[in-house]
Amino acid sequence: MEGECRAPQARSSGLPAGGGGGESPGGDAPLPGSSGSSALLQAEVLDLDEDEDDLEVFSKDASLMDMNSFSPVMPTSPLSMINQVKFEDEPDLKDLFITVDEPESHVTTIETFITYRIITKTSRGEFDSSEFEVRRRYQDFLWLKERLEEAHPTLIIPPLPEKFIVKGMVERFNDDFIETRRKALHKFLNRIADHPTLTFNEDFKVFLTAQAWELSSHKKQGPGLLSRMGQAVRAVALSMRGVKSRPEEFMEMNNFIEIFSQKINLIDKISQRIYKEEREYFDEMKEYGPIHILWSASEEDLADTLKGVASCIDRCCKATEKRMSGLSEALLPVVHEYVLYSEMLMGVMKRRDQIQAELDSKVEALTSKKADTDLLTEEIGKLEDKVECANNALKADWERWKQNMQNDIKSAFTDMAEENIHSYEQCLATWESFLTSQTDLHLEEASEDKS
Amino acid sequence: MEQALPDPERRLQPAPLEPLGHPDAGLESAVGEEAEGARDEGPGDGTMMENNFWLKKIEISVSEAEKRTGRNAMNMQETYTAYLIETRSVEHIDGQSVLTDSLWRRYSEFELLRNYLLVYYPHIVVPPLPEKRAEFVWHKLSADNMDPDFVERRRIGLENFLLRVASHPILCRDKIFYLFLTQEGNWKETVNETGFQLKADSRLKALNATFRVKNPDKRFTELKHYSDELQSVISHLLRVRARVADRLYGVYKVHGNYGRVFSEWSAIEKEMGDGLQSAGHHMDVYASSIDDILEDEEHYADQLKEYLFYAEALRAVCRKHELMQYDLEMAAQDLASKKQQCEELATGTVRTFSLKGMTTKLFGQETPEQREARIKVLEEQINEGEQQLKSKNQEGREFVKNAWADIERFKEQKNHDLKEALISYAVMQISMCKKGIQVWTNAKECFSKM
Repeated sequence: MEGECRAPQARSSGLPAGGGGGESPGGDAPLPGSSGSSALLQAEVLDLDEDEDDLEVFSKDASLMDMNSFSPVMPTSPLSMINQVKFEDEPDLKDLFITVDEPESHVTTIETFITYRIITKTSRGEFDSSEFEVRRRYQDFLWLKERLEEAHPTLIIPPLPEKFIVKGMVERFNDDFIETRRKALHKFLNRIADHPTLTFNEDFKVFLTAQAWELSSHKKQGPGLLSRMGQAVRAVALSMRGVKSRPEEFMEMNNFIEIFSQKINLIDKISQRIYKEEREYFDEMKEYGPIHILWSASEEDLADTLKGVASCIDRCCKATEKRMSGLSEALLPVVHEYVLYSEMLMGVMKRRDQIQAELDSKVEALTSKKADTDLLTEEIGKLEDKVECANNALKADWERWKQNMQNDIKSAFTDMAEENIHSYEQCLATWESFLTSQTDLHLEEASEDKS
Repeated sequence: MEQALPDPERRLQPAPLEPLGHPDAGLESAVGEEAEGARDEGPGDGTMMENNFWLKKIEISVSEAEKRTGRNAMNMQETYTAYLIETRSVEHIDGQSVLTDSLWRRYSEFELLRNYLLVYYPHIVVPPLPEKRAEFVWHKLSADNMDPDFVERRRIGLENFLLRVASHPILCRDKIFYLFLTQEGNWKETVNETGFQLKADSRLKALNATFRVKNPDKRFTELKHYSDELQSVISHLLRVRARVADRLYGVYKVHGNYGRVFSEWSAIEKEMGDGLQSAGHHMDVYASSIDDILEDEEHYADQLKEYLFYAEALRAVCRKHELMQYDLEMAAQDLASKKQQCEELATGTVRTFSLKGMTTKLFGQETPEQREARIKVLEEQINEGEQQLKSKNQEGREFVKNAWADIERFKEQKNHDLKEALISYAVMQISMCKKGIQVWTNAKECFSKM
């Protein structure tokens, strides 16, 4: 179970040519006392990075590079304090760029599935080349996620888009579905790339670079199905115990996660509903303008006014359309990703609780003197380290995640507000110019009458 | 609740019995002459005003609505709404208004008044009443006649009706109308005593005439088509508007949910909490702003509805023309056939079929004296017929002239009112956009402070 201790080691991976994700040569001992001081460091790093986040928000339409540079907030250890300066120029330091595009349909005798092209550009030494292009299907992404979860049970792994969308889907592969999924998969990989620990994960590297047959053979090396099932059974049995002895801070975290999950789910529903209502409003509006044109055909004096109203309505219609697309491109995917994140978080809490429970059961066994005390004491020692590792990893990642979440939510809603303002401003301009033209005409007519 | 529709310009302007200086705003100068010429218009049985009632400006308002219960004709209990009509006269000198009359009327009495006007002024485009039942409803509006919003809008519509009648150069001088405003009890009996129901043209007769008339004035045929188109397009517009309103309501109201959820969420957030909470408040403001917006739009819809119903009034005038024209054509036809009969009798040739001719063939020739007698009768009838035809012709021409004058007046009114309504719609949209900008700007500020 050496994976559990990758977290504290990973802190030192702030160093560029750092000890890679998986191969931890050193012992399993975490850096003692580092959690306290690094919390302080984290706070300072946060302040510095906040400005960069704002910059990134406003450069959304820029090049490939900007799209890949998500929140750079990272927890640091005393060792990586040296690199603090470099982190300020974060965009330049980013050395892994990933895009997901070109969905393609593949038909075989057994099934039909979609693959996505994944292009990776990197300057990292451990990669054999600087550019890679591979094709992956959803199953492969699923495999990667499971591997990451196994390797880092208490890290917050980015969520994958859902396997199926239940409501109103006639065809599994309609264009909107594929596009939404593609964007979510793109985000998934980039979030991993931005994660200080996960970015160096070996399976991640294989995923990005290996050819199809290489990937298949690599997949087979993982723990078999039976052992995974065995783990799952133990997990369920142990998870209940973990809850009882959960330390205070994790109780708080759990409480937050529960409420957050509730609220974000509601917000997701509300946002989807708004989109739906906007769409229906738009559909009715499309019919509204043309009626005025129809009317103008049987009127002489009113024709201009009617046509003017019709054209205003049509322009407002277009503004609504734009607002809708803004909603579906910016707000909805972000909110939905956090719905999935909230599920992910609950899983993380469970896993942490399981690890704790393992320790607790051994401790219980020791006190009841049921088995060999020496062996137990040794095991307990290891488990205590494991628990501390896991807890620290989670705490650090938690802070990072929360900061990300705040920024993402903030910018998503700010953008939505901006879209709405813009839309209303357009409509206002349209109607005001119509009004001016009407009153000008009126003044013209009035002066004609007088003369 | 402001009385939206009747603006100060729509106060009653007197129809001068003789041109009294400047015609007031709302009536063109042509109307003065028309009123003079129309002095002898309308029913000749003393229902026209001769007194100086109209020389003063008067204000009419339907100021209140009240739910009442009473017993109907079949002695069953019923609930209905009564409306208070107040009439004030404005003294020229100091502009003060004095309440001169105040009485309560219900919708059915308004209907009675209008039906009376339709019979006695067939050449006038009689202003329509507000709808009897709520139509073109969108989901929030109740279709219930007792619903307070509906009652309120009906109150405004009834006031509008009275003002339209009062500002019409001819209708304003009608006595029954005057009594409607001034004589609470007994008015119904007075109207019924005029016997107008008997004078009304039967629907069947009118329909028959429409199909069979050969030579109606082309302008009326065109007008009929126009009124059909107007009715169709305004109904369509009102229907779609109601649907659009419904959808817009949905969009705004769903945002209100954000308010609640943000507020609950803010409880667990430290840094984001305040921003979320205040943004949520703005979402609530946004959601509730739609109520006023759509209420204003209902008034716009009511303005359009008035002209929807005016289309029917236009058609009524056209129908009357067709009826008169048909009547004329039938009379002319009848006269022509009588003349021919006369001719045949005189010359002895039988070309047309007649019962007399048949019986003559069967039962034997008639005597010369009998024939003479018949010719004399026919000649009398022909004389009568010719006179009748002459007067019918004249009536027809008068009708066309007067009706067309009122139609021109109506067209000007319609163009003016509808243009104003469309402009007011634009003003409403502008106000809605400004509100939207304000709310979202505030919300954006809150979001960016999170």
